Amino acid sequence: MAARRPIRWHIAVFLAPAVLVYTAIMIVPLFGTLNLSLYGATDDGPRFVGLANFRALFGNPMWSDAFWNALGNNVWFFVIHMLVQNPIGVLLAAILSSPRLRFRAFYRTAIFVPTILSFVAVAWVWRLILGNTWGIAPMFLDSLGLKSLYAPWLGKEEYALTTLALISVWQFVGIPMMLIYAALLSIPDEVLEAAEMDGITGWSRFRRVQLPLILPSIGIISILTFVGNFNAFDLIYVAQGALAGPDFSTDILGTFLYRTFFGFQLQLGDPNMGAAIATAMFLIILTGVCLYLFGVQRRLRRYQF
Amino acid sequence: MSRTVLAAILATTALAGAVQAQDAVTLTIESWRNDDLGIWNDTIIPAFEASHPNINLEFAPTAPAEYNAVLNSKLQAGSAGDIITCRPFDASLELFNNGQLADLTDLGAMANFSDVAKSAWTTDEGASTFCVPMASVIHGFIYNKTAFDELGLTEPTTEEEFFAVLDALKEDGTYIPMAMGTNDQWEAATMGYQNIGPNYWKGEEGRAALIAGTQKLTDPEWVAPFEQLARWKDYLGDGFEAQTYPDSQNLFTLGRAAIFPAGSWEISVFNPQVDFEMGAFPPPVQNAGDTCYISDHTDIGIGMNAATEHADEAREFLEWVGSTEFANLYGNALPGFFPLSNGEVTLEDPLAQEFISWRDQCESTIRSTYAILSRGTPNLENETWNASANVINGTEAPADAATRLQEGLDAWYTPAQ
Repeated sequence: MAARRPIRWHIAVFLAPAVLVYTAIMIVPLFGTLNLSLYGATDDGPRFVGLANFRALFGNPMWSDAFWNALGNNVWFFVIHMLVQNPIGVLLAAILSSPRLRFRAFYRTAIFVPTILSFVAVAWVWRLILGNTWGIAPMFLDSLGLKSLYAPWLGKEEYALTTLALISVWQFVGIPMMLIYAALLSIPDEVLEAAEMDGITGWSRFRRVQLPLILPSIGIISILTFVGNFNAFDLIYVAQGALAGPDFSTDILGTFLYRTFFGFQLQLGDPNMGAAIATAMFLIILTGVCLYLFGVQRRLRRYQF
Repeated sequence: MSRTVLAAILATTALAGAVQAQDAVTLTIESWRNDDLGIWNDTIIPAFEASHPNINLEFAPTAPAEYNAVLNSKLQAGSAGDIITCRPFDASLELFNNGQLADLTDLGAMANFSDVAKSAWTTDEGASTFCVPMASVIHGFIYNKTAFDELGLTEPTTEEEFFAVLDALKEDGTYIPMAMGTNDQWEAATMGYQNIGPNYWKGEEGRAALIAGTQKLTDPEWVAPFEQLARWKDYLGDGFEAQTYPDSQNLFTLGRAAIFPAGSWEISVFNPQVDFEMGAFPPPVQNAGDTCYISDHTDIGIGMNAATEHADEAREFLEWVGSTEFANLYGNALPGFFPLSNGEVTLEDPLAQEFISWRDQCESTIRSTYAILSRGTPNLENETWNASANVINGTEAPADAATRLQEGLDAWYTPAQ
């Protein structure tokens, strides 16, 4: 028998900083939140109430209506991003990677710039553009003779959420574009040349050669979009306020959590109920990510060059 | 740094400390009114210190949105200032119930204030008052006098005249009749519902009946203001559904809209911005000759940290805050924030004078949702924002909105029998 191998302390030492920092600022608060959601305020202070907060959240119409409304809106917010942002991002990347395109660097930068803008600026600028008070959108439509198409989109229940989702798409379309662009650039020229030799060019080259090669990137973008959308809060809060008007039609899980946890105007904050909502959000995102990781990610075929 | 300079500095600090310890007590004032820092430092504090050389004041405000949280943690840690600026109703009541605000019922200056003025800082049963009322804001309508003169319009006093004026403005078409948007929701509730409502539910009478449970939000006097609001829709600017509060302010100050449903705090905002003459009228009554009611909402009070080491000096200061001298100083420094004192107050701003003159003609009340009725979930005040905006947008019928509000209230509130 060989002598027992010495304990390899250096592994623990090298892991320690990351583990400690991550535990302190992510894991502990996460469990703190989960724990908080199991308590409730009673007349004699906070007490352990088990799953009562969750029963209220899903069983009491006062809470559950707001929760399902927020979740439904959130799903729609996500669907718009998946249907509009990511296809446009892929398309832009495909155009950018075309060797015949001039001013490529300019387009790349211009499309990416909104991503680094503050939400406050984005919401404010779009309010000015779309609102009637300063009238940029109505004036523009008027000059095209289409004034009748104008509506105060951000103030109408039926349009507000879609409008905000599209504003968000405008802001973030640069991210899928950049990731896909990078993936496209990493495809070796030999592969494309070989395809060309076989007579595959243009659209069919993109569909049959490039698209399969960038699928893993599209998967990653989808999951980033999913997590980002279900954690979204800023744009809605800045544009519509914490009450996410009109009539809660733009309320998503983030704004619902904010109102509940911190309180709003005369409503005092309820940290326990807020934690319950945060936990529900965590579980939704966890489920989504797991479905992706085990259902999709493992089936994607990767190619190595 | 040379040794001598260092020694000199040390000596001065030591001396200064000694002088202060002998002569004056410093009281620190906690407040969320960071906008008022200049007014306190330049006007109020010098005036007080001139007549009370034994007390120094330090005004130490925090940002409005953070005030409640910061104050609570400071009070718990024992590091809060001696004087506490009081939010109205439940936030301060909770501090008093926790023993963090001192009972000021026996303060001499309390005699200068009416019960309505004190209601925001008095326990439910009315036994103890814990903050000196400082200022209120009054609701009404500010209008563009130049525009009214141009079109030969006069201030409406009744509902009928009010809509006649709006119709005339709409027909002329030069001005947007009324500057209000529903995007921020609180405009609709505060400057809409709470502004015109007291004329229908008869001010304090209706508010007390609602708390006692003898009236419901579904009663005609509580639905009527919603019915009025529903009619406002036609007189607001295009796209009012997406119009924010600053948009409304700009529409009015730029002279594009003729009437602004207002709170008196707008006076100091509008004054430097407008180049036309402004006037104001109180919310119109239903029929000529009816008693008028105004929302004269108690907004700021000032109290004493129960743990202060300088209770005597703090009470001395609070007595002064309750005096007519303070009321005059404060009311003129901040036109639109009206002193609540019964003493003779002379305001110089003509628009502020107009607002405060309504106190003589009309009965004062506070916003119906603020006291007691917004303690539970769903929160009546927040629901009222949503309902008022919906009613103006035309997406919810007045009666439906009222029913929904009453159901929400019934879910947690049982009036005392």
